[in-house]
Amino acid sequence: MNMTIVMNGQPRQIEAGTTVARLLETLEMQPRFLAVERNFELVPRTRHAECVLEEGDALEIVTLVGGG
Amino acid sequence: MAVALPADAPLVLGNHTLKSRLIVGTGKYATHDLMRDCLEASGSEVITVAVRRERLIDKDGRSLLEFIDLSRYTILPNTAGCFSADDAVRHARLGREILQGLDNRGADWVKLEVLGDKKTLLPDPVATLKATEQLVADGFQVLCYATDDPMTAKRLKEAGATSVMPAGSPIGSGQGILNPNNIRICLEYLKENDPTYPVIVDAGVGTASDVSFAMELGCDGVLLNTGIAGARDPLMMAHAMRQGTIAGRLAYLAGRIPRKLYATASSPETGVVAPMPR
Repeated sequence: MNMTIVMNGQPRQIEAGTTVARLLETLEMQPRFLAVERNFELVPRTRHAECVLEEGDALEIVTLVGGG
Repeated sequence: MAVALPADAPLVLGNHTLKSRLIVGTGKYATHDLMRDCLEASGSEVITVAVRRERLIDKDGRSLLEFIDLSRYTILPNTAGCFSADDAVRHARLGREILQGLDNRGADWVKLEVLGDKKTLLPDPVATLKATEQLVADGFQVLCYATDDPMTAKRLKEAGATSVMPAGSPIGSGQGILNPNNIRICLEYLKENDPTYPVIVDAGVGTASDVSFAMELGCDGVLLNTGIAGARDPLMMAHAMRQGTIAGRLAYLAGRIPRKLYATASSPETGVVAPMPR
């Protein structure tokens, strides 16, 4: 069964029960350079594997870029 | 034998001890390679970065972090682009999370920017103070981008800011230090009974003489980005900014001569040969 989350401002269909860790794997993203926020709260790296996403969750997946 | 460059005390920012008094940004470079060379030429040990959404569609795009030697540089994450205290706190926590994962020394601090509007990018002093309080309570060492208003500066220090960083002029404007008298008063107030409290000019620096001027005023350091990245030859300017920082610092330590309205001869006024009759 699928559900919809909003990831970096874009709606996205994912499998129900997906964790943050699983989502990053699916996206083939290198978690070393990333931080994840769920509904405006940081999800620390140590909790990626246990944090199960829910319908309507808003995720921000961020990295460090050039800035002053 | 050459006379050696005089030794200077290090710049101490919280638990970070730095030889270089110049902190540079990593934004606006045409290529990552150019950025890397400019960072090296600047002599800086601390470099600022921003927290932004990962570009999910561009998996092959190389990360800035692949071009930075994380064992050499201390990363200073900023909260650029935040217009509320709450958003700034979120950005600070996200930056810390990434730097903790990378084992970088910069995981314990943040360059706090809470902006008032997009046109001026000037700091919102009320929101900056609120965010400072929250971040200090959360264990951050907070380097506060601020206006050059001495009272705001005092309040930020009282709230626990590790350093107050008044703007010389608006971000990226290249106007230099528009109100040196305010910077002088900030220095006087912030260093009163606390002479080692670090004050850094952040923003508006256009060229090497602006950096020297900030250092000559007695600032402890300068933070800049566009002044190098936007120069016609960024690498040359990175060298200039490094030397400008050192020149201004040494001039401050050396103590400039007072300004006088009239001339004072450098050559002896005695023993001058007889002037021709006229």
